[in-house]
Amino acid sequence: MSNTSLKQRERQSNLTGWSLRTVGGVVSAIFVFFFAIPMVWLILATTKSARALSVENPFSIGTWSDFVVNWNQLFEFQSGAVSTWVANSALYAGGALVLTLIASIPAGYALALTEFRLRGTLLVLTLIVMLIPNTALVLPIFLEMNAVGLIGDPLSVILPMSFFPFGVYLTYIYFSTSIPRELLDAARIDGASEFKVFSRIALPLAAPIVALVGFFSFVANWNNYFLPFVMLPSSSDYPIQVGLTTLLGATPAFNPSSAGSTSVQLPTLALATVISVLPVLIMFLFSQRFLVRGMTAGGVKE
Amino acid sequence: MAYAFVTPYTLLALAFGIVPAFYAVYLAFTTREGGFAGLTNFSQVLGDFRFWPAAQHVALYVIIWLFALVILVTLLALIVHNIAIRWASTSLRFIFYIPGALAGASSVLLWLFMLNPSASPFSGLLHAMGFESFVEVIAPNNLPLVFAIIAFWAGAGGWIVIMYGALNNISQEVIEAARIDGAGPFQIARRIQIPMMRKWISYMGIISLAAGVQLFVEPQFLSQASQAVVPNDYSLNQLAYQYAFRQNDFNGAAAISLLLLLVALALSAVFVLRGGLFDKE
Repeated sequence: MSNTSLKQRERQSNLTGWSLRTVGGVVSAIFVFFFAIPMVWLILATTKSARALSVENPFSIGTWSDFVVNWNQLFEFQSGAVSTWVANSALYAGGALVLTLIASIPAGYALALTEFRLRGTLLVLTLIVMLIPNTALVLPIFLEMNAVGLIGDPLSVILPMSFFPFGVYLTYIYFSTSIPRELLDAARIDGASEFKVFSRIALPLAAPIVALVGFFSFVANWNNYFLPFVMLPSSSDYPIQVGLTTLLGATPAFNPSSAGSTSVQLPTLALATVISVLPVLIMFLFSQRFLVRGMTAGGVKE
Repeated sequence: MAYAFVTPYTLLALAFGIVPAFYAVYLAFTTREGGFAGLTNFSQVLGDFRFWPAAQHVALYVIIWLFALVILVTLLALIVHNIAIRWASTSLRFIFYIPGALAGASSVLLWLFMLNPSASPFSGLLHAMGFESFVEVIAPNNLPLVFAIIAFWAGAGGWIVIMYGALNNISQEVIEAARIDGAGPFQIARRIQIPMMRKWISYMGIISLAAGVQLFVEPQFLSQASQAVVPNDYSLNQLAYQYAFRQNDFNGAAAISLLLLLVALALSAVFVLRGGLFDKE
């Protein structure tokens, strides 16, 4: 290749480089707006009065006193229903989190580092169920719970939420890739019982995976809508996600028939939306790396 | 001793994985009185005048959503990966990712605001497109697109972050070699990066397809917010819900659930058997 054609080519590729960069810049700018505007708007909306929300610039900042008014209206709704719903969410997601960890960490460990009959079966079952969206089993689980008379009981959501095959899979991948079997064998030769091997050697090394499984389990369960919606018919048992439906029904802007003394204004509904995701939002702020590590664990090997 | 470690998990798997699935099979093939029903429950739901419209709604939504997801996620991941300035790339990923915190009901509620021309920050855009009221925005023909936008807004960021991670795993030497051979960013993307991401793209596609078929929260919420302009049997899962709770027909509900479950099972089985999720190394 002669020198001139090389130069020509370089100039050409510089040119495509420039235009590509411009297109890339424009595309990212559009999507930054698309993803960010709703979030920014939502946070700002909580600080405005209903009038200001519809009249003023959507991105103006409201006042502290309007925020307090919205806050009070939200927590006075149906004499404190919102606090009950948030507490219910915490109970369901928290209870399921504890049970998930108790069940899946030892299971993932045993699948990775011990031998037993049906190990292969349990592994395949875990993988298949893991990829099924959790809504697919909601109605069948409802029919089952109905048959044993647990409908309306907190256990009817906590127990199904505790079955978390993805957590077992993550633990399995972690233990099989990062802990050598020889380490455990050495402990066994020294006379440690199987339980001691797990609790004294494997578990202390597993802190990152416990946090990872806990994160995914909590986020999935806090945001779960379909399961509690079906299992818990009484308003006093709702988690906040289902409670949002009630708030929506009491908002005259969406439901004109609800105008009255208990009605909810739009900024209050916006505040409810923020509160309904606050714990998850806080976890998300610190968890981007978690997500990548979890979803790419083991799966990327070609 | 290994059994003690797996017992709690196995019990949960039996109680909330295997048993409900088989119970649904049992209900789907029996009558209300418990006698064998053959395929009558299935022919009843498939013959229901609401079934095929619901299936069509879901199919249209899933097609739009998957199309947007595969193309835009790949594109945005490539763009973000090509940005050399570190803080810019990090903050872009963060902005794309953070809406994921609002999964489910919260994201739908937020988008009710966005789609309401009287409150929305996008009201200029909505007016420019000829929409004057909330009810016009959620006209039946727009719904698959509306649901796809909501799902994309909440879900795309997580996948962009994952694809970005996959792009980082491609060795720099391969890319460098291609560049020396005269490949531009376009060709590098087409010949090297996209083929290397293929496994992740198909993983995303299968998970999203399986989840999309289950559409429930979005139409359920819109139905409530719109005074039933959006019907409460818009999607298949809603129809199954109607069967169970309005008509007290658990056998019909089980039949629909089973059909949906089969779709999800088939997709996941294909991926497990062909995708190599099993491999430790």
